[in-house]
Amino acid sequence: MPPRILTEKCNGCEGLPESRCEEACPGNLMVVDAATGKARCRCTRDCWDCMSCTKACPRAAIETRIPYQLGYHKASLRPIMGKEHITWKCVDIHGVETTYKYRNRLAVAPATQTDKNA
Amino acid sequence: MANRKASRAVDIAPRSLAEVRTETVECDLLIIGGGNAGCFVATEAKRLDPSLRVVIMEKAEIMRSGACSAGMDALNTYIPEGKTPEDLVRWSRAQVGGGPLREDLALSNAEELNEAIDDLERWGLPILRDENGKIRYRGKWDISIHGEQLKPIMAEKAIEAGAEVYNRVVGTGLLMDGGRCVGAMGLGVRDGLFYVFRARSVVVSTGGAGTLYKSYTADSTDSGAQIWMCPYCVGSGYAMGFRQGAELSSLEQRWVATRTKDFCGPVDTISVGYKAPIINCKDERVMSRYAHLGGDAAPRFIRANAPMEEWLAGRGPCYCDTRNMAPELVQAMMTDYLNERPSFVLFLASRGQDVTKEPIEIYGSDPYIMGGHTMGGFWVDMQRMTTVPGLFAAGETAGGNPNKFVGGCAAEGKLAARGAIAYMAAGLETPDEAAVSAQVESEKARVYAPLLRGKDYDGVTPTEMKERLQRLMDEYAGGSSQFYRTNEERLDYALRHIKMLQSQFAYLKAADLHDLMQANETMDRVDVAEAVVHHLKARRETRWAGWQTRSDYPGRDDANFDCFVETRRDPATGEVTAFTRPYEQLVPGDRFKA
Repeated sequence: MPPRILTEKCNGCEGLPESRCEEACPGNLMVVDAATGKARCRCTRDCWDCMSCTKACPRAAIETRIPYQLGYHKASLRPIMGKEHITWKCVDIHGVETTYKYRNRLAVAPATQTDKNA
Repeated sequence: MANRKASRAVDIAPRSLAEVRTETVECDLLIIGGGNAGCFVATEAKRLDPSLRVVIMEKAEIMRSGACSAGMDALNTYIPEGKTPEDLVRWSRAQVGGGPLREDLALSNAEELNEAIDDLERWGLPILRDENGKIRYRGKWDISIHGEQLKPIMAEKAIEAGAEVYNRVVGTGLLMDGGRCVGAMGLGVRDGLFYVFRARSVVVSTGGAGTLYKSYTADSTDSGAQIWMCPYCVGSGYAMGFRQGAELSSLEQRWVATRTKDFCGPVDTISVGYKAPIINCKDERVMSRYAHLGGDAAPRFIRANAPMEEWLAGRGPCYCDTRNMAPELVQAMMTDYLNERPSFVLFLASRGQDVTKEPIEIYGSDPYIMGGHTMGGFWVDMQRMTTVPGLFAAGETAGGNPNKFVGGCAAEGKLAARGAIAYMAAGLETPDEAAVSAQVESEKARVYAPLLRGKDYDGVTPTEMKERLQRLMDEYAGGSSQFYRTNEERLDYALRHIKMLQSQFAYLKAADLHDLMQANETMDRVDVAEAVVHHLKARRETRWAGWQTRSDYPGRDDANFDCFVETRRDPATGEVTAFTRPYEQLVPGDRFKA
């Protein structure tokens, strides 16, 4: 079950022409369900686990999970997008937490960064 | 200048073709696929001639599309001080066992390489440097980056340069005028429109082809797409050109790599970047068995195949021995992974694995067709034009020139843009309108047929057919379950069944637009797989064990096969023929040494 939607946080990016996760997914897998107004993944087995949706979600409402057939319950990896930095918080199945933070952009002349989190 | 945003998915259920609207877009240069190469085609074309109307047909959304969508941790080639483009070609040649390779293409690419990477840094890509500001080399040619933002950085520049991006439009077929390419057609996967791009020249840069072969992690479960290559690059560019008679080169040189086991993640990060040796279950250094071929620096296909040979000999599992890594090195390695395949860090966490106590297991990947890594792709001339006039190729889609990677695909994007501009400058005839509209109608009918049949039709789903193909290719055309081996009889079997699949395209059904995209992708996979099998059949020797292993011809046969294997499909009959082209050594020196 690669992208797991935290439905209490997801609002389907109400008001936007396209939700952030359906915009980001390179496989066209994310869709906002017309009935519930929440995002869902059409087909979890087609997910590459690239985490583009997880990075793009403005409400941290998407968690990427490794399919159970490959990895045990439950670990988490959460990206926090900054302007020129990214921070990752990882918790393994034993509860050990590790944080990684590094620069992912050099400052350059003004450019429109549309691939960022709020 | 515009990044035309897609809408949310709409539900359309046309009862007839007449209900499907057609949108026609006129441009000078059409780029099919806004990935690594495609973004560089756009920036270079607009730099050279800002008046050109440059359009990108993009299957996903350009900020996070294609093989670079998850990010990148290294650029595998950047020519260091004191080395020359010729040296890079020598290295590339040795990495593919002395060739053959297109040294003309390789050299022209190498001459453009550093400038393209310098562009990326100027655009904001962090390249790691030492305390004196010198670029830090990971190995002999590769440099480390923090490339989490690599794809958005390239995409922003293409848009800033003035390219117009049509997102969520999936390329399905080329538009032809006689034997010349004058555009392409595609499916709007969100709006349901049929797009017709009329162009004076076309560059195809759709990436390589993953998902032709079954991955060993595809357990009919949630892990159907746990492969190393981006699973959304399915070879549509190869299929579109091949169906119109463009010649394919060297598809038998498949890209198979040693990857982390159970999560098909990169291994060079560990083995090259952190010098973690490859060991087998007996703690023996695997590459020492290949000392006569260079050991740890042996050609890529030998390193890729070595752990699988250990398994076959009963000495698996194999590992990258990370047990002696210092904690700060582990931190740096995890950071590299977060830049390229972040979910590998999640995978290790989900195994509860401390890599300083338990080494990282490795295994062979499923095979991919990738002209940026190995050299399967279109035969192109120095302008990067395929054998179809007006149709150019760049990056993974262009063949003959292995070891391009990110920098080389970028460099080739520039070369293809210059080629296309020169082609347009020569003056072009006006296409025959009647022939163009007939093609539009027939392609539209082909593309939408599965949707018109509807979800209740007693037919075949795109996933069923994809999985039938993947199992066929895995077991008969040298997949990972067969340790990459195949023979004449198995290949003939594969071809018979590929023909059956092609005859069953008429039963494909789709419930919605996403399904319809998948139906078209599956047809593309089958057509590319047919070419791959013809290539494997035609090379009756074993030149690159692992990448290309013939059980019935286990040795290298220089007298007959020190040359390129090519295929061409007759656009009228669909018949595929294989033939060879000679290899020419242009860069002097021992072909087997760098």
